[in-house]
Formats: sequence, structure tokens, C-alpha cells
Amino acid sequence: MNKEQSKRPFIVTWVVVALIYAAVFISEQIMPPSSMLFTVLKKGATYALVAVSMNLLNGFTGIFSLGQAGFMLIGAYVYGIFTIPLDVRAQVYQYFNGGLVQFTVPVVIAMILSGLAAAFFAFLIGLPVLRLKSDYLAIATLGFAEIIRAIFQWNNLGPLTNGSNMLRLFPSFNDFNIKDANGKVIVYLSTLIPFIIAGVCIFLIVMLIRSNYGRAFKAIRDDEVAAEAMGINLAHHKQLAFCISSFFAGVGGAMLAMYQTTVQAKSFTSAMTYEILLIVVIGGVGSITGSVLSSFLFVACSEWWLRFLDEKQMIGNFEVPLLRNGFRLVVFSVIIMIVVLFFRRGIMGDRELWDMGADSKAERGAKQ
Amino acid sequence: MKKILALIMILALMAPVFAVADDMPVVKIGVYEPASGDSGAGGKQEALGVQYANVVTPTVTIGGVEYKVELVQADNGSSTDKAPSAAQKLVSENVSVVLGSYGSGVSIAGSQYFADAKIPAIGLTCTNPQVTAGNSHYFRVCFLDPFQGTVLANYASKTLGATTAYCLGELGNDYDQGLITYFKQAFEALGGTVIKEDFPTGNSDFTSYLTNAAMYSADVFFCPVSIAYSTQIISQAAGQGLEIPILGGDTLDSNVVAQAATGTNVKIIITTFYQEGANAEFDAGFKAWMNSDAEALTNNGGNDMIAAVSVMGYDGYYMALEALKAAGTIDSAAVMAILPSVEIDGVSGHIAFDENGDAIRTSAFVKTIDNATGEWMFVSEQTVD
Amino acid sequence: MWDTVFPYLLSGISVGGQYALIAIGYTMVYGILRLINFAHGDVFMVAGIVMVYIVAAGVPLWLSIPLVLIVTALVGFLIERIAYKPLRSAPRMSVMISAIGVSYTLQNLVLYITGGLNKQYPTIPWISETIVLDAAKTKLVTVITPILVIILVAALVTLINKTKIGMAMRAVSKDFETSQLMGIKINNVISATFVIGSFLAGVGSVLYFTNYSTVIQTSGAMPGLKAFVAAVFGGIGSIPGAVIGAFIIGIMENIIKGLDVILFISGLIDKPLGLATFSDAFTFALLIVILVVKPTGLFGEAATDKV
Repeated sequence: MNKEQSKRPFIVTWVVVALIYAAVFISEQIMPPSSMLFTVLKKGATYALVAVSMNLLNGFTGIFSLGQAGFMLIGAYVYGIFTIPLDVRAQVYQYFNGGLVQFTVPVVIAMILSGLAAAFFAFLIGLPVLRLKSDYLAIATLGFAEIIRAIFQWNNLGPLTNGSNMLRLFPSFNDFNIKDANGKVIVYLSTLIPFIIAGVCIFLIVMLIRSNYGRAFKAIRDDEVAAEAMGINLAHHKQLAFCISSFFAGVGGAMLAMYQTTVQAKSFTSAMTYEILLIVVIGGVGSITGSVLSSFLFVACSEWWLRFLDEKQMIGNFEVPLLRNGFRLVVFSVIIMIVVLFFRRGIMGDRELWDMGADSKAERGAKQ
Repeated sequence: MKKILALIMILALMAPVFAVADDMPVVKIGVYEPASGDSGAGGKQEALGVQYANVVTPTVTIGGVEYKVELVQADNGSSTDKAPSAAQKLVSENVSVVLGSYGSGVSIAGSQYFADAKIPAIGLTCTNPQVTAGNSHYFRVCFLDPFQGTVLANYASKTLGATTAYCLGELGNDYDQGLITYFKQAFEALGGTVIKEDFPTGNSDFTSYLTNAAMYSADVFFCPVSIAYSTQIISQAAGQGLEIPILGGDTLDSNVVAQAATGTNVKIIITTFYQEGANAEFDAGFKAWMNSDAEALTNNGGNDMIAAVSVMGYDGYYMALEALKAAGTIDSAAVMAILPSVEIDGVSGHIAFDENGDAIRTSAFVKTIDNATGEWMFVSEQTVD
Repeated sequence: MWDTVFPYLLSGISVGGQYALIAIGYTMVYGILRLINFAHGDVFMVAGIVMVYIVAAGVPLWLSIPLVLIVTALVGFLIERIAYKPLRSAPRMSVMISAIGVSYTLQNLVLYITGGLNKQYPTIPWISETIVLDAAKTKLVTVITPILVIILVAALVTLINKTKIGMAMRAVSKDFETSQLMGIKINNVISATFVIGSFLAGVGSVLYFTNYSTVIQTSGAMPGLKAFVAAVFGGIGSIPGAVIGAFIIGIMENIIKGLDVILFISGLIDKPLGLATFSDAFTFALLIVILVVKPTGLFGEAATDKV
């Protein structure tokens, strides 16, 4: 395969990505900001990042971790703690005299701190846990997420975490809109920004996967013993993958905080982790493109397209049966079960956007 | 088959379009209430009040034009992480004003979305001060927790003669945590001792907490938790033969709670917004409507006992209509601007807002459950000096 | 001191017994399929909901309890046939994801049917009565639970040790492929495991919800996870281990809830620390410690992991 040929799919990929970003930017300027579309795009971008970070572990390194919600929680809290403006801290930390932290850092730095804090916790947790095998590892990380949740809710840590009460009033996506002196929005950026954050992070993950480290991760996934025999340091690489994945989960947590405008430890349950895991499975375990696609599909279905199933619908005088609150989720879970049982490879299998244009057989052959 | 299915889907999607094809213009009011989760029962009762008001007064004249009032419901699932999309749904439907929510936490969680869209919200029974503090778009028609906490503390200390209070709240529930904090302040100021504990969300074994209260030799058991938890606490308290009274806030004012206490020896005392019988005309009308609508009756917990939250929903609806009339337009920003000066005489009394957007209220009703009949009984009307 | 601790022990033994009945299902399924059946806690919840609806439909109590147990066993059987059997040859992760999917589906289905509201569990006369036990008052069910658990476990152990299907179960859990080659009808054995596990979860649900009175779609999640932890703690695959693990976890959890009081009354601390916050987290901390220190659990057999 010559170089010219192998480059083409990447150019195509870049063009597709650029077009998507342009479309997002333009539609945000011309469509009313109240449209459900933007909610879906913002939440979708957030989930895309988290799903990709989970895929890095589960799909590319073969470490079955269920601690995602815990790391997101850490990220969201760190972001909130360091960015709530000083003048409203007394209001947010109303039961704790304005809280312990009395300074703020810029949003970008807070996001990086979010990631670092999550990665640091991952490092500590990884020391004992990563020695465990498949489902034991899963249940141990799930347990850790629950423990983290309890710690963040502990009243005695209130000056830092606001106890079990919510953090709020920190900068959210809407604060990225550029406004004139009267507070009227001139340029809408509230959807483009999460796309950019998620895009940069996902790009970094893709670069990692395509590097030597990424190849080592895949080797571990395919056969631990063989990988070790080839001179790959198992403990080191697993720890690395775990920390990096957690870093991006932490950043994703910060994005979720910005999307939700409030943060509360209570909502980062194992159900959230399961949701992300299902996104990864639907997209295809081992495909970044798949995770991204299915995040948007998942969010759009659950928040928007299937909403009509939750309300009574009349066709003429005929009331459609079964439709009432909760039906959306039933339909949704049935769809998920069908994917899990009958389309086990998900939307993309292990293919990527940049594999699509090329002669896929040759590419796949080269991969294996 | 596939084609037919697709056709049905399309028709189903277009159904709302047909429904609106009436000749009368429509003004939308958002009902931002939990219909599922721990607060689902309360949210449904609160929404019932709004729905009944909508049946009584289905139209409103705004700027000389008669509008049909359409209620848009959004289920916030009693949880702060589902609140954003529910709030966003109301925003995307272009509602002129939002009513709700039951539960202070979800109200705060949705608040920013309404603020960004310049839509005013009228809290019906969310009593935490943080809902309206520091913003200009959230209003409320009920009293606040500092007031309610003080009333309860006074009652516990002065009437019941309690010196030690055991408080139990749900972790991460702003309503519980807030009310307990204010109760604690007031009760300690009266010379009492307060022990506070929390249980994690989803907990259902309260036996050890009940034991704790007994071990601390508490005189009252204060648990201003959501209906789901309070019914469990009551039934387990009955099983353990709890001898001290259970004290609660407005959330416990529900026939579901009354049913749980029926036939037991557990004494329950609460503060609330309304006592059945205060407005005979409303009571009769509301009961007749619920009895004629099977779904409404189910949502009310199976019988026609009036919950105070329904009354607040009813009053909130008229507050919204009054604001729309005063604004003379259905533009939400204009409604928000006019709201601070709107006043009504509601079923629960005269309602006017102070500078925070909170209703000026000086009294709360104290009620207790008749364990034999399962009816709420009026004890007293309390004020704070 | 005894007077202080006794009520917590009582609560702990009661809830521990209920965890035990769920944990048996986990441990049996794991022993045979090497699958963490995440949906098992939800089967337990479904049993509770079915009971609510059966009684509401006017079925008398003496009939409704056996009916619930049959329906629950059937639910377990169907879940296995629909969601796990097609994935027999798939990687373990796929099956586990399928289990998570089933759990998600059951919860959403119940949310839809109940409208997302807590359902009041029917009061079962006799066992709901209050009794006085050494200065602590409690429901009769608290005392019945451990006794019933012991009887059921004894019956189960006999079944596994003395009957043909029991022997097949032991063979399959020792070596899946070989027992298949020896002519054991593997699917029947697996179905039997699910039926027994679900049946016991059904019994557990009757006891549990009689004690805690309401059922909602998420009711099964936490007890399910804790029962799983109990199974790991006791050594996964070992039935007595799961039962002992469950009692230990139930007791520890309630001691944690009362730890502030116990320390306070014995004069070790002068103000409560809010340790009750950690009642759930503690269970998981215990899990991680046991996994790291002794991955086979208290009574588990050391199995060589095949590479």
C-alpha cells in the first residue's frame, strides 16, 4: 500500500469533521437557541467524550472498568469548586460559611485540573485494583465509584464539597456566548465550545491509540500473556490506560457540570456508568467513531426523538394505546436489548471513519 | 408492514399539530413537576391543582384577545440530573411561564435554563430559600424554610416540651437539608439539642435510624423527607413501636402518608399550607372533579382527600393568569417584568411577592393524623413573631 | 453495651438474611456460568411488584405468595433463555452487558407499569406483628428471616449434594466443557440454576418488602449489589459462604448506621461524626479489601485460572 493511498481517508475524515463543525456553528447562529437540537448536541458531545474514554479502557485495552461515573463525579466537583465566582460562594456554600476555597481559576485550567484530579484518584485506585481479572475488576471499580460518591457527600467535608448539597452558579456552556453591552447575544458559541473541547480530547485519544502505546494496549487486550512475553510491562501499561481514560472522564465530568449547570454527587450513580457502557456497546466496542455516533444517537433518542412516546397522542379521535410516561424508556431498552443480542458488533464494529474510504478489506487485513 | 409503521409514526408526530389547529390562539404554561421518582406522588398532586384550575378557567383574555391556556407537562423525575432536559423541553415549547416544581433541588437545577430563556417560573411548594435567592426570574407562592423550620422548632419545644430532637434527612436533597438546618438553628436557640443524621438515596432500611433516635433519647423524630421515604419510616416506626412523635414539613401533607399511619400508634405532626375545609367551594369543586376523572383520582393516591400542594398548584395557576393579563402579552420576558407587582386572593390566602420574589406569608397550619380514621386533623395556625 | 448494640444486631441479622436469599442466586449463577447476573437484584424487585399487583387484583394472600414465587422463578427462567442463552459462546463481557441491559429493561418496564411511584407492599398478617425481644421491639419477620434462611439453605444443600440435578450442577461448575462432553444437558442445568436462584430471591422479596413496606423500580439495585458483594465475600460459588457473607454484611452495615451512637454512648467521641453516610460505601470498601487480600473469599476454592 503506498503512502498516497493511505493518506486519502484521513483527508476525507478531516473534511467531514470540519463540515460538521461548520454546520454546528452556522445552525447555532440561525436557529432559535431554545431548540432541543442544541441540548442534544451539547449533551451528546459530553457523552461522546466520556464514551470514547471508556472505550479506550474497555475496547482498546481490555480492562473492564465500571468506575466511569466516579471519575466524572470527581471532574465535575473539581470544576465546580474552582470556578464558582467568589461573590456567590456565600450563597452556594450557605451552610458552610462560603466554603474553604476562596479563589477561582480560569475555566480551561479548571477543566485540566478536573482531569488531573480524576487521573490521580485513578492512579491510587489502580494500584490495588488493576491486578484483578475481568468481572472482579468491574465490580471493584463499581464499588470504588460508590465509595467516592459517599465521600463527596460526607458532611464533614462540607467546606470543600458543600456536603451533599449541590454546587451551582459556575460558568456553564451558555457563558461562552459573546454578548454586547446590553446582554444581547451577538455570536452563539454555547454548542460549538463543547464540540471543540470534546473534539480536541478525542483527537488526543485517537493519537494515543495510533501510537506505540496504543498498539501495546491492543496487544494486552488480545492476549495478556503473549503481550507480556513480547516485553510489554503489563502493570505499567494498564495503569497508564486507566489514568488516561480517567483523565478524560474527569474532563467529561466537568463538561457535564457545564451542561447541567448544577452538580450533585447523588446523580453520579452506577446507572450513569451503565448508560455509558451501553453507548459504547451500541457504537461498537473498539471503535472511536462508533462511540461518538452512538452518543449522539443515544442522547437524541432519549431526550428528543422518542419523547413523543411519553405523551398521549391522538390520531384524529383515536388515542394511540400504551403511550404514557415511561413508555419511551421501555421502547428504548428493548432497542438496546436487540442491539446487544443480535447486532453484537454495534453500529461500527471496530471500524473507524478513516477506514471507510480506504479499501476496507486490505486495511482490516493489515490490522489483524 | 414497515411502511404502515412509518406512517403511524409520522402521524403520531404530527398529531400535536392537528390538535392546535383550533381557531383560538394558545398561551402555554409549563408544568415542571416530577411524575416519577421519590417525589413523584407529591408532584402529581401538585400538578392536579394546576390541571383542575385549568379545567375551571381554560381561557384567559390577554390584551383584549381571548387565549386558550395549554398546559405543557415535563417530568423532572425528582432528580437533578433529569431536570435539565425537562426544563429544556419546556423552553423549546416556548412556554410563557413555568409552574413548579415540587422539590427545591430540581427547581434549582432547572432554574438556569429558565433564566437563560428569560422565562419566569413560579415555585408552588419549593420552600428552600435558594430557589429565589439571587435571581429575578424565580418566584414562589408558598412560605420559606427558615419560617417553616422556626414554626416546627417552636412547636416542638414549646407545645411538645421537647429538649432533644433527632433529625433525619436524605443526602443531597436540598429540601431536607435546608429545612433541617433552619429547624436546628431555631431549636438550638430555644435551648434544645439537635442530632442530625443522613441516609443515602434509595435506602429503605430505617430501623437502625429509628433505634438511633431512641438511643439518643430524643423527644421528637424530625424527618422532612419525601413521601416515598416517610411512608417507609412510618411503617417501620410502627413495627418498632416508636413512642416519640414524628415531625415533618409540608412534604408529609399527603393522603399517602396518612394511609401509612392509619391503624398504627405513630403520632405525626406536620406544618403545611392549607387545611381542608378552609374554602368549602374550592374543596367541593376539586373533589367533584377528581371523582369524575379516574386518572386524577389515581394520581391523588386513590381517594379524594385534598393535599395542600394541590391548593398551591391551583393558586399558582391563577397567579400565572393574572401575570399574563397584567403583562398584556404572552411574551415571557414581559410576564417576568410584571410578576413582582402581581397580587391575587388565592384559596390559600392573599398572595403578594416581596423583593426576593417570595410570597409574603406569616402563618402555617399545624396538622396531625387521626390514626383511627386516617384523616388529617387541624391542630393550630402558627405564626412567628 | 449489649443493650446498645443489640437492636443493631437484630436489624442486621434481619437484612442479612434477606441479602442471603438474593446472594445464593448470584453465587449459583456465577459458579456455573461465570457471569455476574446484574439483573438478579431486579428479579427480586419484580417479585415485589408482582406481589403488589396480584394482591391488588384480589387474590387472597395464601394463594398470592406461592403465585409470586412461581412467577419469579418463571421470570428468571425467561431471562436466561432470552438474554443469556444466545450468547453462550460469546465473550464474557457480552453476557455481562446483556445482563446490564436486562436490568435496565426490567427497571424501565416497572417504571412504566407503576408510573414511577412507590407501591405500598401488602401487609402479610402474622409476620408483620410487633414483638418484644430483650427490650427491643421489632416485627416478627425479623426473627423468622434467619430461621427460614437456614431451613432453605439446608434444603438447597441437600438438593445439590443428594440429587441428580445437584450432581450435574456441581459437575458443570467444576468444568463446563467436560461435563457437556459427559452428556449432561447443560441448558437444563443452567435453567434449573436460574429457577432456584429466582425462587429464593422471591422468598427474599416477601421478607424484605414486608419489613420495608414499599417497592419502586430501583428497589432491587442496592440490595442486589450488596448481595453480590456478600457472595464475593463468602467466596463465590460457595452457598454457605454467600449466606455467612450476607449476614456479616447486613450486620456491619447496621452497626455502621449506629456507630455514632455506640461510640457516643460508650464515651469515645463527644459529638456525632456522621458516619452513617458511609453505610453503603462500607460494603464496597469491604469488597475491595477482600478482593485484594483474598480474592477467593472466605470459603471459596482456589481455582486455577485457565489462560
